[in-house]
Amino acid sequence: MTDQELRVSKIQRGTVIDHIPGGQALNVLAILGIDGTEGDVVSIGMNVPSDRLGRKDVVKVEGRELSQSELDVLSLIAPDASINIIREFEVRQKHRVDRPERVTGVLECPNHNCITSESEPVETEFEVLDGGIRCVYCDTIIRENIASHIYV
Amino acid sequence: MNHDHITSARQLSRSDIETVLDRAAEIAADPDSVANSHEGALLGLLFFEPSTRTKMSFSAAIKRLGGDVVDMGPVDSSSVKKGESLADTVRVVEGYADALVLRHPSEGAAKMASEFVDVPLVNAGDGAGQHPTQTLLDLYTIRESAGLEDVTIGIMGDLKYGRTVHSLAHALTNFNVSQHFISPDSLKLPRKVRYDLHQEGSTVKEHTDFDPILPSLDVLYVTRIQRERFPDESEYRKVAGEYQIDADTLASARDDLTVMHPLPRVDEIAYDVDGTDYANYFEQAHNGVSVRMALLDILLGGGQ
Repeated sequence: MTDQELRVSKIQRGTVIDHIPGGQALNVLAILGIDGTEGDVVSIGMNVPSDRLGRKDVVKVEGRELSQSELDVLSLIAPDASINIIREFEVRQKHRVDRPERVTGVLECPNHNCITSESEPVETEFEVLDGGIRCVYCDTIIRENIASHIYV
Repeated sequence: MNHDHITSARQLSRSDIETVLDRAAEIAADPDSVANSHEGALLGLLFFEPSTRTKMSFSAAIKRLGGDVVDMGPVDSSSVKKGESLADTVRVVEGYADALVLRHPSEGAAKMASEFVDVPLVNAGDGAGQHPTQTLLDLYTIRESAGLEDVTIGIMGDLKYGRTVHSLAHALTNFNVSQHFISPDSLKLPRKVRYDLHQEGSTVKEHTDFDPILPSLDVLYVTRIQRERFPDESEYRKVAGEYQIDADTLASARDDLTVMHPLPRVDEIAYDVDGTDYANYFEQAHNGVSVRMALLDILLGGGQ
């Protein structure tokens, strides 16, 4: 990853999420619950040329080191994402996202008759399957376009 | 069996199922042996949808064990009408009862409710989701009539919305049973059930035509087209009335075919089947009491 490829300046401290499939950067931010209202400095590169992915997105979140559990949920829409933790302008940790067993509170169940669609004090929860996710309450399986079920 | 709550047939192992069925058989053979074994026990009934068999057989079951019921009654005369959440309702009622039985129109309602209570909670039907106690009495009936080893079962009708089908199909994967699913294309098994059957190593054999498969069946499980689950009336009308059987339809069946139905029926099984040796659906409904007695006996701690 060179400066030229990033097209944005280095950050002093924070998290760089690289190798996001092209066009998914905004969904990555939505999954992470980062919408800018908390003052985070966020830089996004979209559809940057990539040898591995053809086109990729890159997200840089300054001042925050996102935890592995926060980031693993990204594996649903960006399974090849790589995570760089930056301190003093240097990459101090680099790792991949792992598929979590469960995803809680991030995605909406598409079944309108699911109890999580009612006004009940319950968060959505999905079991992560090979190639999909399954609502632990109503058993509904989602295989396609998981990003469209992100709570907005 | 080691479950605090019974919310889905997916949680039941073969051993769990056999434990309940064996206990039910003991109780059916000698009901006096458990009379008053749970004297004073109170079963909370929370039925957010209509019910005849499930509600009455749970009531009969706890009373035959020496207990009684506290019944929320119709939704219209409860605090639900004032907007109380299900989570709050069950947390209140658990203070009145030793176990809860819940029927609710939303899928996953029983699972969610079980997370809010410490007393055992039994799912008596959650929307188009699961109905595990119906499955236990269905399995009991199948075991009594045809056995649960090396049998061929046809499940016919509304496989999409029928919660009894979803629970039964999954539970049958614990046994050496060949399952055939007969329905119009629009009412085939939902993806979630199909997924589970594949995961359990079962082959999903689907048919739209009933006649060719009939002669191979040991058990025919007929279900009602669930009018109340259809998003619109026109879709219901398109398929309503398909897959009806009568005494003539069954002419090519094996002599020892068992016809079952979770009831209520509308017109899927003509009344002229009732008098044949095939008909087993009223026996099936009656089995609900001893099976639910067995389940309650186990959940409440095996007698006092």
